Amino acid sequence: MTMGSDAPPIIQVSDVTVGYDHHIVLKDVTFEVGAGEVFCILGGSGCGKSTLLKHMIGLHRPLTGRILIDGTDIVTAEGEERRALLGRIGVAYQNGALFGSMSLIENICLVLEEFTSLPRQAMQTIARMKMKVVGLQDAGDRLPSELSGGMRKRAAIARALALDPKILFLDEPSAGLDPITAAQLDDLIVELSQTLKITFVIVTHELASIFAVADHVIMLDKERQTIVARGSPEELRDRSDDPWVRQFFHRESSAAGIRR
Amino acid sequence: MYVSGLAARAVRVRRRLGALEHGWEEGFWARKAVVDSGAASLDYEQFEERGLRLVLKGTLNAADAQRFWPQVMQKVAQCDPSAIEVDAGGVESLDTAGMALLLELKAGQEQRQRGFRIQGLRDDLTELMRRFDPGPPAPPKPAPPWLVRAIHRVGEISHGSLVGFHTQVAFLGEIFVRLLSVLVRPRRLRWADTFLIAEKAGANAVGIVALMGFLIGLILAFQSAIGMRKFGAEIYVADLVVLVLFRELGPLITAFILTSRSGSAFAAELGTMKVNEEVDALVTMGVDPVQFLALPRLVAAICVMPLLTLFNELFGLIGCGLVMRSFGFPVAAYIDQIQEAASLGDLFGGLVKTFVFGALIAGIGCLRGLQTGNSPSAVGDSATRAVVSGIVAIVVADGVFAVLYYYLGV
Repeated sequence: MTMGSDAPPIIQVSDVTVGYDHHIVLKDVTFEVGAGEVFCILGGSGCGKSTLLKHMIGLHRPLTGRILIDGTDIVTAEGEERRALLGRIGVAYQNGALFGSMSLIENICLVLEEFTSLPRQAMQTIARMKMKVVGLQDAGDRLPSELSGGMRKRAAIARALALDPKILFLDEPSAGLDPITAAQLDDLIVELSQTLKITFVIVTHELASIFAVADHVIMLDKERQTIVARGSPEELRDRSDDPWVRQFFHRESSAAGIRR
Repeated sequence: MYVSGLAARAVRVRRRLGALEHGWEEGFWARKAVVDSGAASLDYEQFEERGLRLVLKGTLNAADAQRFWPQVMQKVAQCDPSAIEVDAGGVESLDTAGMALLLELKAGQEQRQRGFRIQGLRDDLTELMRRFDPGPPAPPKPAPPWLVRAIHRVGEISHGSLVGFHTQVAFLGEIFVRLLSVLVRPRRLRWADTFLIAEKAGANAVGIVALMGFLIGLILAFQSAIGMRKFGAEIYVADLVVLVLFRELGPLITAFILTSRSGSAFAAELGTMKVNEEVDALVTMGVDPVQFLALPRLVAAICVMPLLTLFNELFGLIGCGLVMRSFGFPVAAYIDQIQEAASLGDLFGGLVKTFVFGALIAGIGCLRGLQTGNSPSAVGDSATRAVVSGIVAIVVADGVFAVLYYYLGV
């Protein structure tokens, strides 16, 4: 959890502008993610957090700029190079995006089938191992529709872990979860980060999660359409001069003040 | 074909190998290896009476696990060792595929109540493996014998269709009552929605309905001409086509088109609303979903169905006329023949059916939509079921009309 900024960068985003058609969402976004750190992208609703994430995992093409993931430019990589890169990253989507017609084990095996030619038995065992690591060892035969929200997020992480990725992207992992389940998920992220040394890129706006897991954060703003603050969560909370950042981090206390 | 299949397979294999080299070997564990990435070695030794020792060295990752897996399992099956010992002192790193191999051996030995131990594995790797160890797989639940399953399934299906028929009739009855109440108080219907649906289900379907009618008229004329020609009675092709179109095929074909175009759309629309909890929102706001969603669709379908049928029949007659013209009959003679063959009773007899067909299509489409479950394929299933039960209901209703008309002498 504390690799710090001295770790060599594994993701480099430089001068990226993203948007749809002629509508620009974010411009001149530049940041680096160090290997092994837990990196959070913060911002209010509609500021382009998820859009930025979708660009980082190669779903969309940025209008300008470069996105280097583990040494490969995901924007221009094609064919075998792109496939190899996709094998080194895992993504857990906001609502899990588990395939509804397959059991959780089958969901994980699908990835393994695509990227390896291990024997069937081996894939089953590996899938069960991933389920164990996220604490779902007894739910392997269930369908996604039979799971609670928190379990679905865990299962999504298990599937994202299928290929032992170097980098894991999580889109709003604690959205829609109760505080206890969300805290458990944060614990899981910290644990995975420490034991497996995976780099995490997490899109979130949950303050509690940010302080629990993040080494570094960047903060996006809808109005200014770019990064308005960067640093450790504590730095942003205690030392930022930006009114918007202060408002974001002190929302709870000011709201409490009003109530009093 | 065969050669190209082989080539495709070769490409696939190469792609897989490529993915392995890039995807797995550069995976997390491989990074930790100091040297010799991806070059694990495996040796077998015997110890004590019937013990098997596996000596692992290097970086055990997915590519190696893939290589070793069948070999190791075969060896274990052959030797049937009393105990397995893994000498992992030389293991520099291993990924989950490598761990899976060891855990699989462990689970197998435990199942046979034989010994298993790993020696010399680095502490951090041991700890990691403990974290990943899923334990023995749950024993599969014993399946009941096939006869029991077959009987169970037959019972389930019969019960399901009986219940389904019951809800279908009940829903149609309920919606019909609402329809009557709208006749008394027309303001209760959402007219804007109704017109929009009528446009989508009706006006936008005119093209396909007309085309189908034209082609059916053409085909009918040609097919029946073959028989009629034997008797030199080709002029009666007109009689046949007009009667068949007015009494049966016109309403039936139009109903099928409306079912597949709009019945499925109704089910999908309402199904999506159900999945998005919009239907629940209506209920909690005190708005009756049947009144709000189903009734406009029902009224729209009932209104457009006879009009579409008329279009269908008109273009059918045009198609037939074209064929008759090509046989050398003047247009006037053809029209004359039609007028004599078919009465207004035939036309209206057919049109009466279309009201019922329209009600069935919309009613069943909406019912299936509101019955939609929660799984991702649920909306698709609802649309399919709307079309299937819609078509069945239409044909059954048509049969009832046939018997009814026979006795009424229409």
